[in-house]
Amino acid sequence: MNQQMEFMSFDEAMQRFDPVFGIEVHVELNTATKMFCSCATSFGAPPNTLVCPVCIGLPGSMPTLNKKAVESAIRLGLALNCSIASMSRFARKNYFYPDLSKNYQISQYDEPIDYDGYVEFELDDGTEVRVDIERAHMEEDAAKLTHVGGAAGRIHGANYSLVDYNRGGVPLIEIVTKPVEGMGERTPEVARAYVAALRDIVRVLGISDARMDQGSIRADVNLSLRRRVEAGQDQGAVPFGKRTETKNVNSLRAIELAVRYECERQAALLTAGQPVVQETRHFHEDTGATTSGRSKEEAEDYRYFPEPDLLPVCPPAKWVAELRASLPELPARRRRRLQAEWGFTDLEMRDAAGVLDLIAGTVEAGASPAGARKWWTGELMRTANEQGISPEELPVTPGDVASLEQLIAQGTLTDKLARQALAGTLAGEGPPAAVVAARGLAVVGDDDALGKAVDDALAANPEVAEKIRGGKTAAIGAIVGAVMKATRGKADAAKVRALIEERLS
Amino acid sequence: MSAITREDVARLAALARIALTEGELDVMAGQLSAIVDAVAVVSSAVDEATPATSHPIRLENVYRQDLVGASLSQAEALSSAPAAQDGQFRVPQILGDEQ
Repeated sequence: MNQQMEFMSFDEAMQRFDPVFGIEVHVELNTATKMFCSCATSFGAPPNTLVCPVCIGLPGSMPTLNKKAVESAIRLGLALNCSIASMSRFARKNYFYPDLSKNYQISQYDEPIDYDGYVEFELDDGTEVRVDIERAHMEEDAAKLTHVGGAAGRIHGANYSLVDYNRGGVPLIEIVTKPVEGMGERTPEVARAYVAALRDIVRVLGISDARMDQGSIRADVNLSLRRRVEAGQDQGAVPFGKRTETKNVNSLRAIELAVRYECERQAALLTAGQPVVQETRHFHEDTGATTSGRSKEEAEDYRYFPEPDLLPVCPPAKWVAELRASLPELPARRRRRLQAEWGFTDLEMRDAAGVLDLIAGTVEAGASPAGARKWWTGELMRTANEQGISPEELPVTPGDVASLEQLIAQGTLTDKLARQALAGTLAGEGPPAAVVAARGLAVVGDDDALGKAVDDALAANPEVAEKIRGGKTAAIGAIVGAVMKATRGKADAAKVRALIEERLS
Repeated sequence: MSAITREDVARLAALARIALTEGELDVMAGQLSAIVDAVAVVSSAVDEATPATSHPIRLENVYRQDLVGASLSQAEALSSAPAAQDGQFRVPQILGDEQ
């Protein structure tokens, strides 16, 4: 439909318009059973083998609420600084689509379990951002559809579809932000960082596998633009524009791209005097573009009403208090604590962002924070980047790095030798100590052996030795070099220098 | 006080995928209006001090523990399906778009 549309550059779009966004994130819980029945939630089972009368919607079946799912919803709400409703309720969201066998989804509508919260997180440059949470509610996942026929399994042109209800009824929590305003050109980055922060919180709580690549965290991004006001005027006074909702944006990078794309597309439309159509759009991972989905207004009428088969959920205050008291340390607080403990600067902390757990593990295994940081943010992160993997996937453990640091501290390894030992560990030759033994990397610490090497070097270079005796200390370097060569780099240069000075003084 | 129009009924019928004839639309509009009027009597019994409620009974939910129970076999699950293929329910071509 909009194929020939023109685009506005992101920078120009941001000069003319002020973006407002909101994100809905669906988190699939890792409970053992489904939301409303005791079928297992395991992934990868043969189709329609984890189903029962409740989750395939047979007449007369009744839902029974999973306590663990409610517990997870409350814990997430607490972690998001939400109020927990003393009474919340399920509602039916009615729509006709074969991924729902009942023709309605059990969700929550006007009485969600969690409401009015916020998340604080940092952008890459350390800027602190707060996003307000409107609500988080419980609902059931839909079945998996496979479209058969037509082009490449797409719904358009498919001859028929196959339905596997194994995923139908798996517990979800949907987290909805309030509109986020005033982020300007940083809007795509803020949207991405918000979802990353949410993922980290969910992971620490242990309530979901939190794998975006496997669909256990899925995001829908709402975005609208409004005219940018002159300096000095109140931007907040300008009403929001028409918004689009881009569905199933399923990677952090995709969130940034989708927000950017919609800013550019909507800015071009509005500048050309055309309206933005309020509609659902689909994001295409391969092109980074969004395309129009359904815009049939009638399809949006879900006719919510209270679920008559379930009674209100009334978590006792005592239970909520217990869950609050047992919350793990959350990512933002942990980061602040570690920074204080380690004495890292803000810049060092930012560099360490992707390897924080690895540094923490290395420090726990006995290394100094500075030493742990040096290896993980330097050599190891570089190696991981080169191999296109995450640092966690390297064949080096925090314990290995700690033992490397220890070998340096003991004087067994110089920095240079330590790098060789690490290279051995990375190459699968075992832990650093084993590499040192196998490759014979240890510093020649034996004073007699080192002394002999120094004597040999002096004897082999009598004219240099004479210069040094004559006060030309700069010439010492040549003898140090000769000793290093003789020991194949396994000598401590400072020690060699001291031995030379001792002999020639 | 009838609030239900013929257009309301046509719209609801379309949303609920119920085919109604022109005659049925008239009948349903009249009957639904009568039902709504009957229920509306409740509003005469409440004043502004009465809290809103969406459930008539003060009962609370009872939880199910998160323990895996029996599921149907694939054959049982598909036994009432009008069409099945490869262990899955087979449904007609879906027009429109994914929700």
